[in-house]
Amino acid sequence: MTDTDIQNQAIRVDTEKGNFKYPEDYAFDAGVGLNQDTVKYISEVKQEAPWILDFRLKALEIFERKPMPTKWADQDLNNIHFDEIRYYLSKGQVPSRTWDEVPDDVKETFERLGIPEQERKFLAGVEAQFDSEAAYSRMQEDLEKEGVIFVGSSEGLAQYPEIFRPYFGKVIPSSDNKFAALNSATFSGGSFIYVPKGVKLKQPLQAYFRINAENFGQFERTLIIADEGAEITYMEGCTAPKFETATLHSAVVELVALKNAKIQYITVQNWSSNVFNLVTKRGMADEGAEVKWIDCNIGSRLTMKYPGVVLKGREARGEVLSIALANDGQHQDTGAKMIHLADNTTSNIISKSISIGEGRSTYRGQVYMPKHLKNCKNNTECDALLINTNSRTDTYPAITTRGQNNTVQHEASVSKVSAEQIFYMMQRGLSEGEAMSLAVNGFVNDLMKAFPMEYSVELKRLIDMEMEGSVG
Amino acid sequence: MNTLDIKHLTVSIDGQRILKDFSLCIPKGEVHALMGPNGTGKSTLAKVIAGHADYTVEAGEILLDGVDILGQEPDEIARAGLFLAFQYPLEIPGVSIANFIRAARRARLPEGEEINAVEYYKELYAKMDALKMDRKFTARSLNEGFSGGEKKRCEILQMSMLEPQYCVMDETDSGLDIDALRIVADGVNLMRSKQRGFLVITHYQRLLEYIVPDRVHVMYDGRIVHSGDAELARQLESKGYDWVKQAFAAVPA
Repeated sequence: MTDTDIQNQAIRVDTEKGNFKYPEDYAFDAGVGLNQDTVKYISEVKQEAPWILDFRLKALEIFERKPMPTKWADQDLNNIHFDEIRYYLSKGQVPSRTWDEVPDDVKETFERLGIPEQERKFLAGVEAQFDSEAAYSRMQEDLEKEGVIFVGSSEGLAQYPEIFRPYFGKVIPSSDNKFAALNSATFSGGSFIYVPKGVKLKQPLQAYFRINAENFGQFERTLIIADEGAEITYMEGCTAPKFETATLHSAVVELVALKNAKIQYITVQNWSSNVFNLVTKRGMADEGAEVKWIDCNIGSRLTMKYPGVVLKGREARGEVLSIALANDGQHQDTGAKMIHLADNTTSNIISKSISIGEGRSTYRGQVYMPKHLKNCKNNTECDALLINTNSRTDTYPAITTRGQNNTVQHEASVSKVSAEQIFYMMQRGLSEGEAMSLAVNGFVNDLMKAFPMEYSVELKRLIDMEMEGSVG
Repeated sequence: MNTLDIKHLTVSIDGQRILKDFSLCIPKGEVHALMGPNGTGKSTLAKVIAGHADYTVEAGEILLDGVDILGQEPDEIARAGLFLAFQYPLEIPGVSIANFIRAARRARLPEGEEINAVEYYKELYAKMDALKMDRKFTARSLNEGFSGGEKKRCEILQMSMLEPQYCVMDETDSGLDIDALRIVADGVNLMRSKQRGFLVITHYQRLLEYIVPDRVHVMYDGRIVHSGDAELARQLESKGYDWVKQAFAAVPA
């Protein structure tokens, strides 16, 4: 893709994905490019309290000051033209198209993934809103009974500042990295959730229901607080490819698990192949608490995401289970960060990546255990599967462990599906494509079991579809 | 046309000729044994019949029930009714035996038809019991961490579940102790029928005491040099392969 193409995409729309149209009259238009006025505009439209505007402006300053991390990150980042991106879209501005204008291959994908009718229109950009009012209000009723708060970022900060403000921007400060700063300046949408003491939610909460015109997904900001002894599972994303016009997605997710609480955060990411998906996700676990990230990255042009857990209290536990699939033109740059700050904390990282065609997978893991801690344990397993000879995988573990009583275990493997394995499976009557799929599904099998059933069925179908192109 | 008919097959790999004008006809209902010294092309034959892409077929045909399978993909040949019991079965991590065999079965069903899970497992367990395989093996990854004997029994289990028309067994007895050998032989003998032909490729005569062949063929230098009945196998055992080399090296191609 040439620089011109990228610019074209940022300004107009991605004409490759079918015809999207921006409406002629703009109710709220923050324009193109990012400066103080853009940020002030966003804050004004949302009628935010002054402290939030202040937060945004400080973050903007940090964003402008920080350099691009291209010293260590993919040079492709240089293809993001910040001054040509729209940073805020409101209801009136959402681009749309008619169902007829949706390309056939998009329709076929929905068909094969078994996506329900209603959802197809939303995912294809035909409708700006997922019409799930009924399901959403039923869920809200149940949650209200338990005292659970589940709102968007703007409502969260406006209506419940005493709950959310103490933790907002604390797990991930604006200065954490350039893209956390960007998000902190322009955030909109996302979920703010509070689960009261001792409340253990049986049903997972889904981001899906909260998607509306404003939550365009570009700069989502999520903050989940599980009070002492509370338990919550949150699911984000879906297996169906979301055909996006916006090329830059920079989300921030902060999780706070207070004493003995448990937060499980499940993500399935399948953005269209023009998207830069740069996400900062971190959880803080107090004494006896647990934060678990289950992450599956299949889409996007470049994903950079290193879910982390800060193990603040004794006996805290952190886990990252990650599956990444990189096909032609994709780079999945993922990993995990485990920061041990108390005794008897344990962390577990299992990362499985698959590189197909000229796809590229990267694992970056950071494990930190300082000298004064005792009985901390980390287990890391990162396995890479290369399907074709031009596929690429890199592993960059950064392990710092000091002290006498801490243990870190790191295992890594790179494998191929061999021609002989394929021949063996074909000899049993499986086509080459079926054999490949079976081998690849076998590779991720252990991790797949961690996903809820509905996801793992869809994920398997998705992987099979990605594999089809790779054979031959 | 109930035969697996290999006609004048000449095959090379990396420029080196392995099979030289090789011919052999295996009718359904019969067990044929193929014996010969190492390096004479026995495994090559097995792979070529199964459609392995590494080999160059210079001449000849392989007719399975009258249809030439040369040039077909391995899975097409498999679905036409050929099963190859591998000498070195491959490990497929993360894919359980149960799921693998079910996927192989499903591949043969017409579009839209599904496998009845209850009946499938009933059949699978019964056949595993007959092969004295622990039922817990169904959940284990295919061949991963299996001993030689376990791998070979797993091959026979797959053969039994897929019910092929023609079974080519490539040195199935290698690496087996006497007990495992008996179990494997029992499994094969249970499958003998008028609807099925077997080609048992073996280096040693021992297996053929348990799987008594209808015909025995001796292979040397890329083709069959002598054929006989089960007695021939015993002769080979006592006289050794040097006898073959001396007696038949001079035979023109």
